[in-house]
Amino acid sequence: METIIQVKDVTKTFVGKDNQVEALKGINLDIHKGEIYGIIGMSGAGKSTLVRCLNFLERPTTGTVLIEGKDLASLKEGELRKTRTEIAMIFQHFNLLMQRTVLDNICFPLEITGSSKRDARKRAKELLEIVGLSEKAKAYPAQLSGGQKQRVAIARALANNPKILLCDEATSALDPTTTKSILALLKEINEKYGITIVIITHEMAVVQEICTHVAIIDSGSLAETGTVEEVFSRPKSDAAKKLVFQGDGNRYEEMQGKRCIRIVFKSNSSFEPVIANMVLACKAPVNILLADTKDIGGVAHGQMILQLPEETVVAEKMIQYLKERNLEVEELKNYVG
Amino acid sequence: MLDSKWISLLLDNTWISIYMTLISTLIAYAIGLPLGVILVVTAPGGLRPSKTLYKILDFVVNIVRSVPFLILLITIMPLTKLIVGKSYGPAATIVPLALAAAPFVARLVESSLLEVDHGVIEAAQSMGAGLFTIIFKVLLAEARTSLIVGATIALGTILGYSAMAGVVGGGGLGNIAIQYGYYRNQLNVMYAAVIILVMIVQVLQIIGTRLSKKLDKRITG
Repeated sequence: METIIQVKDVTKTFVGKDNQVEALKGINLDIHKGEIYGIIGMSGAGKSTLVRCLNFLERPTTGTVLIEGKDLASLKEGELRKTRTEIAMIFQHFNLLMQRTVLDNICFPLEITGSSKRDARKRAKELLEIVGLSEKAKAYPAQLSGGQKQRVAIARALANNPKILLCDEATSALDPTTTKSILALLKEINEKYGITIVIITHEMAVVQEICTHVAIIDSGSLAETGTVEEVFSRPKSDAAKKLVFQGDGNRYEEMQGKRCIRIVFKSNSSFEPVIANMVLACKAPVNILLADTKDIGGVAHGQMILQLPEETVVAEKMIQYLKERNLEVEELKNYVG
Repeated sequence: MLDSKWISLLLDNTWISIYMTLISTLIAYAIGLPLGVILVVTAPGGLRPSKTLYKILDFVVNIVRSVPFLILLITIMPLTKLIVGKSYGPAATIVPLALAAAPFVARLVESSLLEVDHGVIEAAQSMGAGLFTIIFKVLLAEARTSLIVGATIALGTILGYSAMAGVVGGGGLGNIAIQYGYYRNQLNVMYAAVIILVMIVQVLQIIGTRLSKKLDKRITG
């Protein structure tokens, strides 16, 4: 697939009075057309800086950002502004013009690109319909709820038919129900208009809900990238594991010295009582340390961490048994003595 | 009580005061508004940071603001004479009034514009807005209520300054209060002039507050 955003060796250092902060340390990232790409990390990991490098609200200290093959650093001021009209952005705090009506807020980007007032209003009304807020055209942002404000911001972002939509913690100020509806709207936009979406978030649930790909950022570096399915079912880096197991990482260390495995279920394997049958077949107990199901892109993914009996023969037999049933089995070496 | 001669004198000078104040404020804004915008834009972290320009303007504004108005009024008399042809009377008062008020207005404008949420400016940048679009459609438009409150303060202050100009024959109510009331001990004239000044300030304040409230769309209900 066509690469739409390419980030090469990007670093960003903020120079303070008597200290330097390396916010990004050599980021490499390829985002393809039509993807919903999640960039997830703890606060302070550098994710907001990274997303601002994608439209040059922040200029990288070194490295290049290519949008559709165009190096943003090579563009003149006017060209950069023109490119920005193709890269829309929405924000955690919506950032609407408080002294303008909803309709006029959506007209604003169209004024920037030089649309006539009539055309702008016509387009703004269409957009309000898309986000389902036609009845609020004459309202002011202060009269809207958070979710409604974000809808207006999304309508505003779509005004100039962008190719890319950057979302900087766009649902972090919203309650879970509203978050779901905003994510559904983003997904619809992605599918209907083929807009590539980059989502910055610290919430795993957001990535699980709509992203196709995910990059995990940890103190200025990318710890892991891949499809959401890959990263969620087989997290490799510590940062990814921490996010996937949601802060339970420490618990495993207490179990050192025991032989543990992780098994991953796909939806088709959840009908058979695999573990119970295995215990019956091998005539030895196992200890279930962790069991969890996640809904990733509409497919149920289950994972379980088992503590196996001490006897090697039985343990091998169990692993064999699970593998025969097409389950993915991974030994957690670092937790085994 | 005051007879009709005094009443007409007071009324005439009321208009002179209002005229001086309005014209001076207008000129002060013609200078101070762009100056305030430039201060915000060139400040560190602004839209077009420029250390040199910002420091120079910041310094000049501070200097002019710290010179007492009466001293400024007297010091620039040659300049006033050059511009309006004479160094006394209402028209001649406008020059130092505007000059003294301009940096004050610049500071008022600066503080109003700094209240605008940085996120909104960033959003405009992300849409590809240029510098002037951001200045006019984001900074000034979003800060409009605060700017109106500032203008109300400026009008009141300039009216006060204009009364001070009475000392050097500047004309207007301040002049009346000093010339007739203070020097000739006609206290009723002085009180009348002061009461009119208070009333003007009150009216300005009410109009300013109402206007800014009416234009502020951030307040719901």
